[in-house]
Amino acid sequence: MQTSINEPMEKTGNASQHATLIQPLNGQSLNGVKTHISVRNLNISYGNSQILKNVSIDIPDKKITAIIGPSGCGKTTLLKTFNRLIESSDGIKIEGEVLVDGENIYGKNVEVTNMRKKMGLLSQRPMPLPMSIYDNIAYGMRIHGIRKKSILNERVTYYLKQASLWNEVKDRLHQPATKLSIGQQQRLCLARGLAVEPEIILGDEPTSALDPISSQRIEEKFVELKDQYTIVMVTHILRQARRIADYIVFMYLGEIVEHGPAHELLENPREEMTKEYVKGVIS
Amino acid sequence: MFWRKFEERLFNFLIRLATIIIIGCLFVIVLTIVVKGLPAMSWDMISKSPSGGFYLGKEGGVLNAIVGSLYLGIGASLFALLLSIPVVVYMNVYAPTHSKFAQYIRISLDILYGIPSIVYGAFGFLIMIYLGLKVSLLAGIVTVGLLVLPIMARTMDEVIRTIPKELTEASLSLGATKWETAMKVLLRQAFPGILTAILLGFGRAIGDAASVIFTTGFTDNVPESILQPAATLPLAIFFQLGSPIQEVVNRAYASALILTIMILVISISSRLLSRRFNKNIIK
Amino acid sequence: MVLPLRILLDKVAGKSVLCLSVLIGSLLFLIVGGLYFKSLPILESHSFWDLISKSIWKPGKEQFGFLPYILSTVYITIISLTIAVPLCILCSVYLSEYASKRVKSFVTSLVDILAGIPSVIFGIWGIIMIVPFISDTLAPAFGQEDTTGYSILAGGLVLAIMVFPIVIHIMLEVLRTVPVELREASLSLGANKWETIKKVVLRKAAPGIIAAIVLGFSRAFGETLAVLMVVGNTALIPHSIFDAGYPLPALIANNYGEMMSIPLYDSALMFASFLLLVVILIFNVAARFFMMRVERRMS
Ligand SMILES: Nc1ncnc2c1ncn2[C@@H]1O[C@H](COP(=O)(O)OP(=O)(O)OP(=O)(O)O)[C@@H](O)[C@H]1O
Ligand SMILES: [Mg+2]
Repeated sequence: MQTSINEPMEKTGNASQHATLIQPLNGQSLNGVKTHISVRNLNISYGNSQILKNVSIDIPDKKITAIIGPSGCGKTTLLKTFNRLIESSDGIKIEGEVLVDGENIYGKNVEVTNMRKKMGLLSQRPMPLPMSIYDNIAYGMRIHGIRKKSILNERVTYYLKQASLWNEVKDRLHQPATKLSIGQQQRLCLARGLAVEPEIILGDEPTSALDPISSQRIEEKFVELKDQYTIVMVTHILRQARRIADYIVFMYLGEIVEHGPAHELLENPREEMTKEYVKGVIS
Repeated sequence: MFWRKFEERLFNFLIRLATIIIIGCLFVIVLTIVVKGLPAMSWDMISKSPSGGFYLGKEGGVLNAIVGSLYLGIGASLFALLLSIPVVVYMNVYAPTHSKFAQYIRISLDILYGIPSIVYGAFGFLIMIYLGLKVSLLAGIVTVGLLVLPIMARTMDEVIRTIPKELTEASLSLGATKWETAMKVLLRQAFPGILTAILLGFGRAIGDAASVIFTTGFTDNVPESILQPAATLPLAIFFQLGSPIQEVVNRAYASALILTIMILVISISSRLLSRRFNKNIIK
Repeated sequence: MVLPLRILLDKVAGKSVLCLSVLIGSLLFLIVGGLYFKSLPILESHSFWDLISKSIWKPGKEQFGFLPYILSTVYITIISLTIAVPLCILCSVYLSEYASKRVKSFVTSLVDILAGIPSVIFGIWGIIMIVPFISDTLAPAFGQEDTTGYSILAGGLVLAIMVFPIVIHIMLEVLRTVPVELREASLSLGANKWETIKKVVLRKAAPGIIAAIVLGFSRAFGETLAVLMVVGNTALIPHSIFDAGYPLPALIANNYGEMMSIPLYDSALMFASFLLLVVILIFNVAARFFMMRVERRMS
């Protein structure tokens, strides 16, 4: 299960081996792009309010997919079903399948921690763990069995560089992570997520707490990283989706109204609702 | 019109007066104990156990009770800690959010908190009969441990409950198990609160008398094993105070001063400590 | 597939914390059940009504009349609440509505410290200050010359101070839940600050204040040592606040030594504990009910 320990640089190839070609839904073509996550007839309800209604969607491999839609439409909920964080809520009912690399992650024999390790998560508000900068990055690696000091050092450095944070923190690796600015914290969280060598990066409005410059750096990072990772991000900033997304999913009241390549959906939305949202009538 | 003004003035005065009375009580109590206790204070009081004629006003001190109280306080806090950490971890990590059972435990802990210590004493006595235990330090530790359990568990619980859910999710999404998340992230984040909880329980354990009467007994010796009875400060004060000999009564005042100082030190240091340990904590 | 050790550990830990939680969750029932079980012998030989309504206490002759003890407990509790409740309401109003942040945090830390002081210290203070004050000043002023000062009034006074922290603590919480907008609405209608507090804030917070009082009551009801030290401990029904009394907790604490030597005596004392427990449970549930009403109304 564990990915190779010696060569953190080689992070490609692994994911695509598992990725399967799944017939795209609704007759919409993904232009032959591989599907990484595919959601099948997903229904989620709390008590008697249904939050996601029969959602089916394919998330393309090694692309940036943006989930957009008005507040409360279920974007966060959808994102959390991808790594099963959704199940920690009481009284929640989940029906349907979420296939990652062709395997249903809600299946019986799935070991949830291994599955989660495949996905890094960036939350709305950066959440550094209550420990030093170094330990934040090393946390996941230690949990997954890497103990050797030299390997840890090397990788902490590597992933801090990956998240363009190294230069800012190299002299204070052992200070509390909470001393960093919010923007730095978010990049730290990105580095921390990358350090467990995921295949997918999930972001729930990862820039909404950041200043414009920090947001821009995260966006740039995402574009850089999409060669190696599948990125799914929730955003409520239409312009952000326009700037970086390859593929867009538009949700409204728990349903997927429309999804497709970014330029198509933004320039020529097929649904009336999407048109209005893109024009800014609904928000 | 006059009445309106007058009433407001009157209550402005009364609310301040009430506050001053309440604060005044604290100062008067502490001052009384200090004034009465200091003259009878001596090095012998805290360094010697009662010798033969102690209760007739001769040589000796209350070392037995000081040590007994410390043993009891430490033992009971440890016992309560060993029980409350798992419960708190269950309620906040393993139990689903909004779990009915966790909610029930919270309420039942709150109710347990309101049960007077004499009832715990009687219950402890039942446990002793049931287990065939004699009056001993161990019986006291179990009883007083149960007495401070609700305070400790609920104080920790309230602290852990304020930790944002995203922090737990951040750790889980790195592939950590719930147990790892609880031990390495949540307890660490809640550390200042846990410290406060322990000291709160410790202070309560040292000061409690009614539950100890049944279970811990009284002796003039420093206990050498957990199965021997032990003296405690509150009971030592109580017994000395009942003496017709003024010398002994004065010693009760000195013992009260010792107990008050111990409690004040605990209570103030918990305030200071929890402020100091905040550095890794996200706010 | 062999589960890795850390996953196994997580599973085992999950089961263990659940087991311990079930155990702690049943503690309340264990206490109630245990004490009830132990008071069965006396309940079988005496009727419940007899026990709580008779006032002759002669354990040697198997006469167990709890009335003096129950009444002492009730009187002391009433005295303490009559003193504590108005002071606590006034003080919490000051802290929550008038005091500056610094004063508020200063006073609340002092109140917290007060909460941590052991009951024996309150008792000793009662003996040093309250008891002589009553016998030398207060009682003579009311024409009672021959009291010792060890009286239910002394018990009530000491208890009042012990009840302050718990009541103030909860009242502050309750007052904090009253929305600022409500106050502003009243002020903007031309009410002055005191009128706003009296007619809007306190009214809105009333159920919570009652809950605070009830919890203070349960604290006072079961307090043992401090009261025992100043109340005189004579098993007669007190007729004036300057009379001595003998509350239930003191009865239990004072007689634990002999209880195994006289038949039914241990059961009688366990019944006393059971009685205390049940009354406190009832009041706790009532307080919770009021609190829930506050919360429901606030949300
Ligand atoms: N624990 C819960 N219990 C009940 N309902 C919930 C719970 N969590 C979320 N919901 C409901 O689910 C719906 C979708 O919530 P979700 O957080 O997924 O929306 P969102 O699209 O992410 O909104 P936003 O843009 O504001 O973040 C909302 O109507 C919300 O009220
Ligand atoms: Mg959201």
